[in-house]
Amino acid sequence: MATPGNDIKSYPGFRFITIACLIILYAPLVVVTIYSFNASKSITVWEGLSLHWYADVFTGPDSGKFKLAARNSFVIAIIAASVSTAIATLAATAMVRGGQFKLRTVSFGLISLPLMVPEIVTAVATLIFFNAIGFDRGLMTILVAHIAFCIPFAYLPISARMQGIEDTYEQAAMDLYATKRQAFTKILMPLMMPGIISGFLLAFIVSLDDFIITNFVKGAGVETLPTAIFGSVKQGIKPNIMAISTMLLGLSIVMVTISYFVSKTDNTK
Amino acid sequence: MAGGAASGGSATTDTYKDARGWLLMPAWSVLLVLSLAPVFMMLVYSFLTKEFRGGVIWEFSLAAYDQFFFDRGLFGDDPPVIEWTYLTIFWRSIWQAGAATILSLLIGFPTAYYIATRPENVRPVWLFLITIPYWVNLLIRTVSMKFLLRDQGPLNDLLMSTGLISEPIHIINTNLAVQLGLFYSYLPFMVLPIYAAVERYNFALSEAAADLYANKWVTLRRVLLPAVKPGVVAGCILVFVPSLGAFLAPDLLGGAKNFMIGSLIEEQFKGNAGNWPFGAAASMVLLTMVLIILLICARQQSKAGKEV
Repeated sequence: MATPGNDIKSYPGFRFITIACLIILYAPLVVVTIYSFNASKSITVWEGLSLHWYADVFTGPDSGKFKLAARNSFVIAIIAASVSTAIATLAATAMVRGGQFKLRTVSFGLISLPLMVPEIVTAVATLIFFNAIGFDRGLMTILVAHIAFCIPFAYLPISARMQGIEDTYEQAAMDLYATKRQAFTKILMPLMMPGIISGFLLAFIVSLDDFIITNFVKGAGVETLPTAIFGSVKQGIKPNIMAISTMLLGLSIVMVTISYFVSKTDNTK
Repeated sequence: MAGGAASGGSATTDTYKDARGWLLMPAWSVLLVLSLAPVFMMLVYSFLTKEFRGGVIWEFSLAAYDQFFFDRGLFGDDPPVIEWTYLTIFWRSIWQAGAATILSLLIGFPTAYYIATRPENVRPVWLFLITIPYWVNLLIRTVSMKFLLRDQGPLNDLLMSTGLISEPIHIINTNLAVQLGLFYSYLPFMVLPIYAAVERYNFALSEAAADLYANKWVTLRRVLLPAVKPGVVAGCILVFVPSLGAFLAPDLLGGAKNFMIGSLIEEQFKGNAGNWPFGAAASMVLLTMVLIILLICARQQSKAGKEV
């Protein structure tokens, strides 16, 4: 439609609310980022710029705890994201390139189940399940729970991407005597790569960020970054927590930004 | 991200028809074992006897549900009396989640509408700006909110330095703080589906209304809103459902007086209460509520779909 409609489209105040909305969304993050560079020991007084609290995270009294938690978090996130992305890629291929079949709706329901059930219910159910089968709580229980929880987050961008790729490329390859397996690995997978990378990154962030499920299924004394941060915040917000938060927040934003631009790239040309 | 939500879609081909069993098997096995089986196990545990300090004794018992709904017990000599402690917590959760949903709608609708009426090439940028905070760790966002709203926090400092207030406003540990926290946690879920609905909306309808002398607000209420209602309903569910079972916002921003379902459940497993069957029963009640809401809305949406 041409521009004359614009007048009817616009409502007074909507622009203001949108800007207010963005301010509300970003203000807390910006404030914490600023205060993480505060030289002061107190979180209320501003005493000038300093990287003191960043140094504290790496060398201070709590650094051992945070380093171990960070290592646990990253190892779990990398494995959980890789496994769930692989599972989601195969599932998306069946759902998008597998024609119509009876269990299609059920399959989609099952894949999105972790999104519909409240996270705390998933956490309780998983804890009870591990208890019932006698699976001792530790790093493994966190990893296994994360793999299941990350599948829908990896699945959605991958299946969205696959729906956008016409199957003419695979058909052409098969007309030239490529087997289905070759059409899948040589044609579909490379075309799918942006969706797969984007799915992997989202699954990675979801695993890295998860607190509720991790808190339930982790063993005593096993910490990931979110549970370590939560434990520390319970005793009050300290400046070193703001430094860690700022680093994690930066990492999440960078990864989502990469995911966004990767998923927009068009490699079908 | 947003587009993927409408999945299922019908734009499928059947190139890999023969292999689909193998392709789906890993997802099916992982999710059956780790998502569906645990929910059934939770149902079983809610009917078992509690062991002190966590865990269960494998003996059938209705004690968990009895404790949840009745005072003095359903099976005592006295007539059963409704136990209000836990129902009050559930009611508060519904109320808080509802308030957060309304707050999200009041801010989210104009935002989604504004973005959807921008030139096509800048819309993704606006949407991206709205979604970024969602991908930042929920714990960190909640802690940031707590930091900002504190009595001696930057918000009160700012308001006091501008002379708008002379005493700090006490927000932390109030209902309002929890609502703000929930609103902050799930706002993008409100914006995305409404945006998708407004983007599909045919603005010729608004023009027709204007030609018939409807003013803008009448057009909004009588023409636009009914047309984008499915998006609004979807947004409300996507904010309400996770808010209902939220743990971090009520725990960090609400304090002990503003206990919600999430904290009640958490306390049974991680805290001092240590009553697993009761925690499982409370989780079942929460899950049932969520499923009922989703079912009602799914039926409404499919009805609305048929009418169009």
